[in-house]
Amino acid sequence: MIPVKFDYLAPTSVEEALSALGEHGDEAKILAGGQSLLPVLRMRLNAPEVVIDLGGISSLRGIRDDGDAIVIGAMTTHHDVRDHELVKEHVLLISKAAAEVADSQIRHRGTFGGALAHADPAGDLGAPALALGAQFVIAGAGGTRTVEADDFFVDLFETAIGDDEILTEVRIPKHTGWGAHYEKFVRVAHQWPIVAVAATVKGSIDEAKIGLTNMGSTPLRARATEAALAGASATEDGVRAAAEQAAEGTNPPSDLNGAADYRQHLARVLTGRAVLKAAGV
Amino acid sequence: MTATQDRPAAEIGKDRRRKEDQRLITGRTRWTDNITLPGMLHLAMVRSPFAHANITSIDTEAAKASPNVVAVLSGKDFGEELGACINAWPITPDQKTPAHSPMPADRVAFAGEIVAVVVARTAAEARDAAELVDVEYDELPAVVGIKNALKDEVLAHPDLGTNKSALWVFDSGEAGTGTDAEAAITEARANGIVIEREYRQQRLIPAFMEPRSVVVDPTSEQMTMWSATQIPHILRFALAATTGVPESKIRVIAPDVGGGFGGKLQATPEEWIAWAVARRLAKPVKYTETRSESLMAAHHGRDQVQTLTLAADKDGKVTGLKVHLDADLGSYVAIVGGGVPVLGAFMFNAIYKFPAYRFECQTVLTNTTFTDAYRGAGRPEATYAIERLMDELAAEVGVDPLEIRERNWITHEEFPFTTVAGLEYDTGNYEAATAKAKASFGYDELRREQAERRERGDRVQLGIGVSTFTEMCGLAPSRVLGSLDYGAGGWESASVRLTPLGKVEVVTGASAHGQGHETAFSQIVADRLGVPFEDVEVLHGDTQVAPKGLDTYGSRSLVVGGEALVKAVDKVIDKAKVLAAHLLEANADDLDYADGRFTVRGTDQGKAIQELATATFAGHDYPEGMELSLDADATYDPVNFNYPHGTHLCAMEVDTETGAVKMRKYTCCDDIGTIINPLIVAGQVHGGLVQGIAQALWEEAVHDEAGTLVSGSFVDYLLPTSADTISFDVVHTDEPSICTTNTLGTKGVGEAGTIASTPAVVNAVVDAVRHLGVNDVQMPCTPERVWRAIHANDGDAPTPADAMPHFQEGSLNQDEGAGA
Repeated sequence: MIPVKFDYLAPTSVEEALSALGEHGDEAKILAGGQSLLPVLRMRLNAPEVVIDLGGISSLRGIRDDGDAIVIGAMTTHHDVRDHELVKEHVLLISKAAAEVADSQIRHRGTFGGALAHADPAGDLGAPALALGAQFVIAGAGGTRTVEADDFFVDLFETAIGDDEILTEVRIPKHTGWGAHYEKFVRVAHQWPIVAVAATVKGSIDEAKIGLTNMGSTPLRARATEAALAGASATEDGVRAAAEQAAEGTNPPSDLNGAADYRQHLARVLTGRAVLKAAGV
Repeated sequence: MTATQDRPAAEIGKDRRRKEDQRLITGRTRWTDNITLPGMLHLAMVRSPFAHANITSIDTEAAKASPNVVAVLSGKDFGEELGACINAWPITPDQKTPAHSPMPADRVAFAGEIVAVVVARTAAEARDAAELVDVEYDELPAVVGIKNALKDEVLAHPDLGTNKSALWVFDSGEAGTGTDAEAAITEARANGIVIEREYRQQRLIPAFMEPRSVVVDPTSEQMTMWSATQIPHILRFALAATTGVPESKIRVIAPDVGGGFGGKLQATPEEWIAWAVARRLAKPVKYTETRSESLMAAHHGRDQVQTLTLAADKDGKVTGLKVHLDADLGSYVAIVGGGVPVLGAFMFNAIYKFPAYRFECQTVLTNTTFTDAYRGAGRPEATYAIERLMDELAAEVGVDPLEIRERNWITHEEFPFTTVAGLEYDTGNYEAATAKAKASFGYDELRREQAERRERGDRVQLGIGVSTFTEMCGLAPSRVLGSLDYGAGGWESASVRLTPLGKVEVVTGASAHGQGHETAFSQIVADRLGVPFEDVEVLHGDTQVAPKGLDTYGSRSLVVGGEALVKAVDKVIDKAKVLAAHLLEANADDLDYADGRFTVRGTDQGKAIQELATATFAGHDYPEGMELSLDADATYDPVNFNYPHGTHLCAMEVDTETGAVKMRKYTCCDDIGTIINPLIVAGQVHGGLVQGIAQALWEEAVHDEAGTLVSGSFVDYLLPTSADTISFDVVHTDEPSICTTNTLGTKGVGEAGTIASTPAVVNAVVDAVRHLGVNDVQMPCTPERVWRAIHANDGDAPTPADAMPHFQEGSLNQDEGAGA
């Protein structure tokens, strides 16, 4: 399908991109990997007058070790995130979740920062970022600011990023040595998750962090289950009992793939499985 | 008649890679959307967002003022020349058939119906301007869903006075092909077993890979239409019949076409509108739909509620079957529309010796996308119903599902066998197919594993599903179609031409759109005429090149079109023999023909067919009275359908905690008579299986109460990819049951996998959890439906109305008010 006509800008620096944003305001849309934006444009669900492509800004790409955190550039592709040694060593959960994004073609185009900024509650990266306590570095005209994961996800497709701001990188505190698993429940492989659970655990089990995908308008933490698991031994019965509380406080959608009560049931079952796999049981 | 029959087949049976694939895979071809003509204009359609509404006004001023817009036209701007979308198969004399204008001027009957067309110099400008067309609607109540339609409270077409289009009945007692089904049911209620079920055939979307596209060029003496269609010949006929342009002034071309699955067996509003606009403006035009438009407005398939009563004695020998179908036509009776469920009427008795059978089909109109043929067309629905029922009967009797089938099937000694539906099955061997499938599948081992998993209460249970299908294919004997009031015949046409240098041009009236005709037909001609495979060129899909034909659908191309080809080749050889005898100065009776060469028996004298072609071209020396041509045409009208069959076995794992299902193994043993190209057959079977499995597990077109298509993109209409399927175990019987009604002995295979697989999968899912109190899961078997079915009785999960259908007189298992 043919999108509505738009102007295309390809800045080569963040400053240039910010200035373009400042000029065009809410008539502009930022293009990262385009895996969500292009379908929206093609189906004419949105018609920005200007599309600002961040693809030419090389500083937004790459992964680095920054002491207590791994820093992932916003324009790094899912494929590169998944395979990066630093990611696998220190924030394994991110690698596991990136591996489950859509299909191979999309993982080579779609970007880590683009997916998080798009904030689809069914996106695969929000829950692990939330569980790991990621920090979002956001650039604006007045400089950069850092937003904690708990404050980043505001609502359906809505984040703390302002209209005149750009997400530049995501700092993820190291969880070196933590086990991790991303349990994604789909009917066909390329589908958005009906429900998914991101779990990472220290030891077996000293501490657990669990994020839920598509269980509300934003990614959610399964805090009651996390509390029940802290210091518990990683037995199947114990973990499953703790996972019974995983759906507390969730408000999942009802659609063709499942009613809300079914999704809550899935969240409980999948949380148990994700934690057990993360703990290597 | 020819000696080629004595020669070992060099090509038939060979795994030839498809001639077509190099150009298709590398893009060295033209799809309709690639065609660009000088001065060509582009169309964009304005479609109704409402399922049912009166059009009160259409303001086109803003659109007309948009850059490079040439015209904006609505239904009111056209007269008779717009033509009509035809129904070629009124199934009863009193069928209610709403008038189907390609672009109605006054009232729309489904969401997606076209109300105006924008013509511009580029496709983008046409699309932009289409958004500026201001249509005012007066919304009318919409009827969605079969149950609602049957109530006749809200009418899809108020002027018809009812939503009920036609009631088609077959009764074996009345037809004299069997006894009275009602009597058998009464008897079984007293002394036997009665299985009553209601099954839902959900609505499906054909989802061919290439969206529909049409180009019309009115600038030559003949008007030319290129279309991504399965039916160029039928289109030419229908255009002439409805738009007043003489057939002789119409050329229709189906270039390479990217899949159809029945979805391109249609005379579409889009084609008719493009035709009318091109005539009006005297300019070439192109229209290519978006995927969203394709899902919304290209015809849908299936959509039935099946109310079934199976009577049997206490040993599980079936004594009678009664079928009542309610079939959703959608908003109009499309080209074959109401006939699709009727094609299933003869197949509910399947491979079995049922003594009594009654079939009723009530077609209904709703304010949804119109429905029509989708791979299998009527036969998957029938096969699903009976194969699900046979599993239920087996459970009731307490025997293995294969055992219950064996007690009822036609044994191989009993062929030819006339069924209770009145068809004569020529050959088949259900015992052989079943034995081979069982062995290849590892049936006994999997049954043992199933028992062990049940025993230990495994979280993941295993189920085994059976489908012993047959189908009637190779549409079709023209006289039979006539007796069913079908609007055309079922013959096929072929021509064989020899070029001066001895190459062979083959013209077929079949119209391939992915089947591999060029390869398979080349193999047939290579063997029959004794020429190299590479020397055969197969031409098709253009009414100027292949003037006669009835196109491709219903697994007919090989069994009907291939036979026409054989007859044409035989005529060529007969003609060539006269010339060969003359040139060899021999008596024709002393000539043998083998490997493309006539030889004089007992000598080393001979003439190759290529030499005879050159001699004919030169014309220097030929017998008196011989017409100077070796070319020949043939038309073949089959005397019977043909009846491929097979035993399909499926093992499914069901996660009882989540309801997720996973295929473990799938074996099919299909008996399709002679196989021309095993590689192509494997492709047809694999693809067919995936489409049938997808109905069982994934695909469903859902309309909401207002008639809006909820599953309007591939985000919600779930198509599987290779990542979702397993490698299938495809085998064939060692001694196939050769078809006796065509020379090659072939039976159709294009739809077999789709027809057979759906019940095998659902039977396996149900079998996995039957011990938990489940005897049905509605299609598609989503994890949620499976989970709710498992927990329906233990209070762990509430049961929505659609998860566990139960038979209740006069009530259909649909959500009140919901579409689907």
